[in-house]
Amino acid sequence: MLTTLNRVIKSGFMNFWRNGWLSTATVLIMTITLAVWTSIFLTNVVLTSVLNMLAEKVDVSVYFNLDTKESNILSLKSKLEGMKEIASVEYVSAEQALLIFKKSHAGDEVLIKSVQDLPDNPLEASLNILAKDSSNYGVIADFINQSAEKSAISKINYTENKIVIDRLNNIIGVLRQSGAAAGLALAFIAFLVAFNTVRLAIYSSREEITVMKLVGASNWFVRGPFIIEGVLHGVIGSIFSLAIIVAVVAFLGPKLLNFLPEINMINYIGDNFWFLLLFQALGGIILGVFSSWFAVRKYLNV
Amino acid sequence: MIRFENISKIYNSHSVALKDVTFEVKPQEFVSLVGRSGAGKSTLLKLLIAEEKPTGGKIFFNSQNVLKMHNRELPSLRRQIGAVFQDFKLLPNKTAYENVAFAMEVAGKSEAQIKSDVCKVLDLVGLKDKMNNFPRELSGGEKQRVAIARAMVHRPSVIVADEPTGNLDPINTWDIIRLLLKINELGTTVILATHDKEIINALERRVVSLENGTVFRDENPGRYILS
Ligand SMILES: Nc1ncnc2c1ncn2[C@@H]1O[C@H](COP(=O)(O)OP(=O)(O)OP(=O)(O)O)[C@@H](O)[C@H]1O
Ligand SMILES: [Mg+2]
Repeated sequence: MLTTLNRVIKSGFMNFWRNGWLSTATVLIMTITLAVWTSIFLTNVVLTSVLNMLAEKVDVSVYFNLDTKESNILSLKSKLEGMKEIASVEYVSAEQALLIFKKSHAGDEVLIKSVQDLPDNPLEASLNILAKDSSNYGVIADFINQSAEKSAISKINYTENKIVIDRLNNIIGVLRQSGAAAGLALAFIAFLVAFNTVRLAIYSSREEITVMKLVGASNWFVRGPFIIEGVLHGVIGSIFSLAIIVAVVAFLGPKLLNFLPEINMINYIGDNFWFLLLFQALGGIILGVFSSWFAVRKYLNV
Repeated sequence: MIRFENISKIYNSHSVALKDVTFEVKPQEFVSLVGRSGAGKSTLLKLLIAEEKPTGGKIFFNSQNVLKMHNRELPSLRRQIGAVFQDFKLLPNKTAYENVAFAMEVAGKSEAQIKSDVCKVLDLVGLKDKMNNFPRELSGGEKQRVAIARAMVHRPSVIVADEPTGNLDPINTWDIIRLLLKINELGTTVILATHDKEIINALERRVVSLENGTVFRDENPGRYILS
C-alpha cells in the first residue's frame, strides 16, 4: 500500500517533468484562471466598500421653523434614535449652523456682512439623519411626517433629494446584481478554459491509459499520477497567480489610493496574504484534481 | 486452463472477426495460432485479456468466466497473463527499464525485486545497454523485445504473444522462440500467434488454424497449412 502510494507520487512528479511544455501550458492556464478568480474576488471587495461609502454619504436633513423650541427638536431626535433603520442623528442648532455658514463662506465679505446685519439669526436648526441603508429613507421620511413635531418642520431635504437618492439606490442595486452576474460568468468561463485544457492534455494520454490498464494496472494506479500532476499544476499556478496579483496591486494600489483614500489595497493584500495564498492554492488544487479526475475517468473503462 | 466456447465477435456489419470458435488450452501447453491476415488471431487474444468483449460465447480462465468478471477483477486477471501486443503498446513517456518494471509495479512488487528481475529479463532479450532509452529511441525490433520482456518479467502463468517476432531478424527471432520454449518448459502456458511458416514447422507443437474467423484445423503436432 505504501509502496504503491510512493510509486504513484513519484510517477506523478516524473510525468509532470517529462511532459515539459504540456505541463507549462497547463500551469499557465491555471495561473490565468486563478488570477481571474482572485481579481473577481478583489474587485468585489473594492466595489463593496465603494458602494458602502456612497451609501453612507447620503443623508436626510430635517429643518425646523425659526421659532421651534430646542426641547421639541431633541424629543424628535431621541425618537428617531430609537428606530432600527437609523445609524445616527446629529443635531445642528441655529448658532452652529451660523458658524458653519460663516466658515464655508469665509472669503465672501459681502455675504457674511449681510447675514450679520440682520437682527436675528436667519438660519434654521436641523437634524442630520444617516440611515443604515439608503433604501430606508422612505420609511424614515414617513415616520417624520407622522410625528407630533411635524408642524415645526419647515422642510425635509429628503423630499428634494428624493430623486437623487432613489436613482443612486437603483444604480447601486443594478451594479451589485450585474457585477455579481458578470463575475460569476467570468469565473465560470475561466473554469471551463482550465478544465478543457486538462481534458485535452489527458486526451493525448488516452492510449497510455488503455495500455496501463491492459498491463494490469488498477484504476487508482492509473489515476493517481494524473491527480498528483493536477495538484502540481494547481499549486504552481497559485504561486504564479499570487505573484501577478501582488505585482498588479503594487502598481495600481497607490493610484486607487489617490482618488479613493478609504480603500487601501496594499494594506488589504498585506493583511490577507496568507488567506489569499490559501484561497488560491486550495482553488488550484481543487481545480486541478477535479479536472484530472473527470478527464481520466472517461478512459479508465477498459 | 483456457477455454473458448462458441465465441463470435462482430465488430460491425461488414467486419465479422470470429464465428463460433471453440477450443481449449491445457496448462503448460505451447499452442500456435495461425491464419491469414485478418483471420481473427489478434481478436481472439484481445478477448482473452478482456480488451474486447465477444458478441457471443463464453471464455474461461482457470474455470472463471472472464465475461462475468467485474471491472475490479480485471487487473488481477491481466497480471496472470503476459501479453505481447502486435503493436507493442509501450508507454512512450517511460524508458525501456520503466516499461518493463511497470508490469511488476502494478502488482506491488518490492523495489529490490523489480530491480534485479527487470535487469535480468532485459539481459535475456539483449537490451541491457538500451534500458534507459525511451521507445522513440529504439528500433522496431528493440521495441518488440522490450514488449516481450514486459510480458514475462512478472512470471505470468500464461504468455500470449501476438506476432512477437514480426520485426526481428532470423537470429533474434530464434533467440525469442527459444526463450518462449524455455519459459514453457519451466511451466508457463504459451499461446503464439504468428505468420512465420518456418517457425511453426520447426516447433512441432500444437497448431490451431483460423480461417475467416473459424477454426478449420487443430492438430498436435501441427504444421503451417493454409487452405
Ligand atoms: N476495432 C475493429 N473494428 C472493426 N473491425 C475490426 C477491428 N479490429 C479488427 N477488425 C476486423 O476483424 C478481423 C480480424 O482482425 P484481427 O486483427 O483479429 O486479424 P489477425 O488475424 O490478427 O490479422 P493479422 O495477421 O494481420 O494481425 C479483420 O477483418 C479486421 O478488419
Ligand atoms: Mg493480428
